[in-house]
Amino acid sequence: MTVLVQEKNFNLADEINQLKTADGATGAIISFIGIVRGDKSLKALELEHYPKMTFTALEEIKNKALKKWNLIDVRIVHRFGHLSLGEQIMMVAVAAPHRREAFEAADYIMDFLKSRAPFWKKEHGDNGSVWVNANPEDEKSLARW
Amino acid sequence: MKIKILYFAWLRERIGKSSEVIETEAKTVEQLIKDLRSKEERYDFAFSDLSSVRVALDQTLSTFDSSLKNVNEVAFFPPMTGG
Repeated sequence: MTVLVQEKNFNLADEINQLKTADGATGAIISFIGIVRGDKSLKALELEHYPKMTFTALEEIKNKALKKWNLIDVRIVHRFGHLSLGEQIMMVAVAAPHRREAFEAADYIMDFLKSRAPFWKKEHGDNGSVWVNANPEDEKSLARW
Repeated sequence: MKIKILYFAWLRERIGKSSEVIETEAKTVEQLIKDLRSKEERYDFAFSDLSSVRVALDQTLSTFDSSLKNVNEVAFFPPMTGG
């Protein structure tokens, strides 16, 4: 069970190889990557975070998922700092005995990461810089769980 | 009492600093915000719409009516946009 908060990029395959799949017990691994999205006017994204709180918040989300589903391992990597269009922002990988719990747990972790992990995005584009507003739909998504 | 306050994202920009230590008699987050707003106009502006402000007490997401008893660090920030 690992949570990493880092400025540098990550390699999904390497991260998945780090999952402890408990020989024979894992039947499914689900991974998700978030990417910097935008039109041509967007140059980069600045990801600010609250270092003292980030790790704890991500750990808490991970631990809640572990209580809800039978999982073998979870790995979360979230970047901060300056990210260009198309770059990887974060990833979550879940190993479980069966696919359903792996899909659901990854979905759950992503929902909580969106509005409960202390990150803020600022878009730098041709027309200046603007803070990204939280999407009210993201907050509503939490009610699914 | 002395309390450390942190500001993030546009709250940091509007107030013009990322952290400060202040002396306050505020018992709750609500009272602390009231104190801050009366300090200077930039604070008043930063806290003018509380529906877009969140607070964490010692790194735990909290509510405006929460007590500041035994709290060392208060953080104010906009709704989070992780992922």
